[in-house]
Amino acid sequence: MIVYAARRWAVRNARRLDRVYRVVGNVMVGLDPLWRRLGYHRVDRPLAGVERVLKGALFDCRMCGQCVLGDTGMSCPMNCPKSLRNGPCGGVREGGMCEVEPDLRCVWVEAWEGGRRMCDGERLMRLQPPVDHGLWGRSAWLRDARLRAGDGPGSRAGP
Amino acid sequence: MTPEALNGPSAPLPRPPGHSSGGRLERVLRAGRFAVTAELNPPDSADPREVYDRALVLSEVCDAINATDASGANTHMSSVGICALLCAAGYAVVMQISCRDRNRIAIQGDVLGAAAMGVCNVLCLTGDGVGVGDQPGAKPVFDLDSLSLLDTIRTMRDEGRFLSGREITVPPRVFLGAAANPFAPPLDFRPLRLAKKIAAGAEFVQTQYCFDMSMFRRYMARVRELGLHEKCFILVGVGPLVSARAARWMRRHVPGVHIPDAVVARLEGARDQKAEGKKLCIELIQEAREIEGVAGVHVMAYRQEELVSEIIADSGVLAGRRAQSRDRRGARSRNRS
Repeated sequence: MIVYAARRWAVRNARRLDRVYRVVGNVMVGLDPLWRRLGYHRVDRPLAGVERVLKGALFDCRMCGQCVLGDTGMSCPMNCPKSLRNGPCGGVREGGMCEVEPDLRCVWVEAWEGGRRMCDGERLMRLQPPVDHGLWGRSAWLRDARLRAGDGPGSRAGP
Repeated sequence: MTPEALNGPSAPLPRPPGHSSGGRLERVLRAGRFAVTAELNPPDSADPREVYDRALVLSEVCDAINATDASGANTHMSSVGICALLCAAGYAVVMQISCRDRNRIAIQGDVLGAAAMGVCNVLCLTGDGVGVGDQPGAKPVFDLDSLSLLDTIRTMRDEGRFLSGREITVPPRVFLGAAANPFAPPLDFRPLRLAKKIAAGAEFVQTQYCFDMSMFRRYMARVRELGLHEKCFILVGVGPLVSARAARWMRRHVPGVHIPDAVVARLEGARDQKAEGKKLCIELIQEAREIEGVAGVHVMAYRQEELVSEIIADSGVLAGRRAQSRDRRGARSRNRS
């Protein structure tokens, strides 16, 4: 329940957290030369550990390894029992409760609220590709940094 | 496929210019006619006659028959199986695909197989959670969601490649549909969600049961503001309620169904609740038809297929048009033999 409270706090503070998140992203990209020197594959595990602790506490992160929090109002879509990354299903109960777990608020009702607090709520409208299940447990920050620095295989635009 | 089958009732239809599919539903909608689709309740049986009997009742009044994909997470004959039977007999079908039970490998294969059988319409759904169905211990898959499913099938059709990028020699020519629920929170997000589905490839939508016309009007006003009714055909979901008790059960147990208290009270006060439910359904169709941007109705009559033809006839929406959910000649003879 503490984690659930943290999740809701994160959404209420989506605007501020999004800014922090962007800074972290930029720092990670800035450190690209360092990651390259150490070897991206070697720093993945320790960084994933840091992410697990930090994002686990704040967002109840599931470590899908392809973070889209900035596009979902800082409400982690992997907490949706249907792992929906593109918006709420049609089963949301009156009062905004989850269809599958009626005691919890719908992750996407939260995302909608968080998104509106953020400067660029339009990001909720971005079409998210299907989850790459090969990335579970890996560091999403590192992957993003690598893609943005142009080192990775295939590049995904934006933070 | 034998050369005989290629010339028979399941022969591929020619695709008019500018159409995604060769199917009847798309032709009717693009011609600006008020379309009617209806849901076939899948049998808990391996007998094809149960499918044909139900299809025959529906076919006389609708432009395409929806084959549900384990709706409500209950096991029934599969949508692929029903579509195979109906397509072989020449019926027009809407094959529903839910993301709950199959992953991207299985789904993309099913889409190719379906198009090869003659399926012209596909409805992309997320699917109800497994907990509400008859097998709550099942593993929920949800590898894709309704949006990524739409995008995947559109890529297969328009770019001729799988999600992996691998090439498809003959792409599946299907008319792409999605579901919409204007009655579930967050209400102000729902029209934007429709916009997102259209951007992902939806060309028509069938809505959840509509029992609250004022709520639906508000939704449609926003839809028109966003210009979405010009980019997508919207079919309103309707259905007859059998009784006040059934209405209460539905709103408690069927995810996403919103039935206002006034509707329940109206049924409760009626002498013949079933007749009142039917009357209400006809009224809703007639009201919905007058709303700008509504392109048709989708009738979901749970275990009362025989009511659908009466409802459609009494509502007058066909306006003398003969709707028959047959894409090809021969559906009837096949049925009667």
